[in-house]
Amino acid sequence: MQYMLIYHETAEDFTKRTNPETAQAHMGSSSAYIGALGQAGVIVSGNGLQPPHTGTSVRLRDGKRLIHDGPYADTKEHLGGYFIIDVPSLDDALEWAARSPNAATGTTEVRPVLPPLGK
Amino acid sequence: MQAVQEARGTAERAARESFGRLVSWLAWQWRDIAAAEDALSDALLKALEAWPAEGIPQAPDAWLLAVAKRQLLQVARHDRVRFDPAVTVLFEHEGTHEAPPDIPDARLKLMFVCAHPAIDEKVRTPLMLQTVLGLQAAEIAPAMLMSPSALAQRLVRAKQKIRDAGLRFEEPETSELPQRLHHVLESVYGAFGLSVDAVDGAEGRMSDLQQEAIFLCSVVCQLLPESAEAKGLLALMIFCRARQAAQVSADEAFVPLQRQDVHRWNREAIIQADHCLWSAAQLRQPGPFQLEAAIQAAHCHRLFTGVTPWRAIDDLYRQINQYFPTAGSRVAGAVATAEAGDAAAGLAQLLAMDSKRLQGFQPWWVARAHLLSMLGRLDEADAAFQTAIGLSTQQRIKDHLEARRQSVRKA
Repeated sequence: MQYMLIYHETAEDFTKRTNPETAQAHMGSSSAYIGALGQAGVIVSGNGLQPPHTGTSVRLRDGKRLIHDGPYADTKEHLGGYFIIDVPSLDDALEWAARSPNAATGTTEVRPVLPPLGK
Repeated sequence: MQAVQEARGTAERAARESFGRLVSWLAWQWRDIAAAEDALSDALLKALEAWPAEGIPQAPDAWLLAVAKRQLLQVARHDRVRFDPAVTVLFEHEGTHEAPPDIPDARLKLMFVCAHPAIDEKVRTPLMLQTVLGLQAAEIAPAMLMSPSALAQRLVRAKQKIRDAGLRFEEPETSELPQRLHHVLESVYGAFGLSVDAVDGAEGRMSDLQQEAIFLCSVVCQLLPESAEAKGLLALMIFCRARQAAQVSADEAFVPLQRQDVHRWNREAIIQADHCLWSAAQLRQPGPFQLEAAIQAAHCHRLFTGVTPWRAIDDLYRQINQYFPTAGSRVAGAVATAEAGDAAAGLAQLLAMDSKRLQGFQPWWVARAHLLSMLGRLDEADAAFQTAIGLSTQQRIKDHLEARRQSVRKA
């Protein structure tokens, strides 16, 4: 069963990536987590994302393009990355979500992936 | 106003103290847990209305039971087809006004139903907590790592299954008893929050429901005094709880068992657990919980002797792993072998385990890192620590492992 693990991070977590005092520990915990995912052989695909201020949102209204600088919604937590994993059950996916470093400060959401269309 | 408060207080006390006993008895008579719970909740509401006006009855339990039974009968009259006439007749013939004799304690019967092999393993523990102790799904869900609504749904389904599949509210036959009791005890242990797979370092996973688990186990001990395993489990949980305060240092860091300050262990609790294990041993029915408790007893004896008897612990794990192996006990056994002086043999035990199942098993990676560093194979130890950190959920454990990894790197 495939699940998407969606890592919602807080603004503080995003600044930890670049703050020289915290960057090493932050990257260390991420790479330990990703290493363990890889070791377990459950990764289908996944990526980390640049911080939310690098995003650009597009909406089409009445045929007009509305381009908006930054993320779509002004929330406390933003998408920091995602993985699609293949595990036997939701319980396994939740276990991996609990292990993610950002679960301690932000939120890790688990969503089952729809099977490919046409099957 | 005072009468209202007093009546409310009495009703709430009755709810807490006797909910399990009353629901068990009603469910046993009625063979429907959900209906019994509904009827009792109704009776409690009626008590809150009636008692302030009429005064608190002499036997509040009996009053609640009588009202709950009337409620059940009313439902049954509306729904005759579904109910076994033999059961409703039983109720109708009983006078509901005179004080009934002592209510037989049906909690054990209810526990056997909750932990029946036909019930989904994952729902047995919460089902028992809800029906026997009257806890709400929202209180139980966090400890079970589930969402309250998902848990509530599973509980409803389990109760429907019990009713519709006609699971018997009886204590099992003597020949079945040990196996069925083991299911009950495992579910109780589940509430404690330590899975049987837990090893050193996993004590941080103990749940907020420890007190409830210890209470459930003491009910089993009381109702089945001849069960050595129930006493063994009780001892095991008391040993683990006795050390809990020492597991976190003043600066909030995780302290592994070996580094814990024994003065922060609860001496009285350890002595109590020792007695409990001793009386279990007198019954001469060895079992996995008693062996686990004996290992915890051995660890706790550092309080009295200043040293950990690793050879004895290694021997105890050999017995567990011969008769009742789990992934956790095999990992812990390998560590015990290493601590008893033979790190190479310990590592060989680890490597002999089925590697596919272990890729996501944090204790295996912690043990691997520990034994590799004992053997001076520091690069491999470093990599294993990395994986172990990635597999940990608690920040405290991650920090502890990271500190160990750094100290291995410097060595």
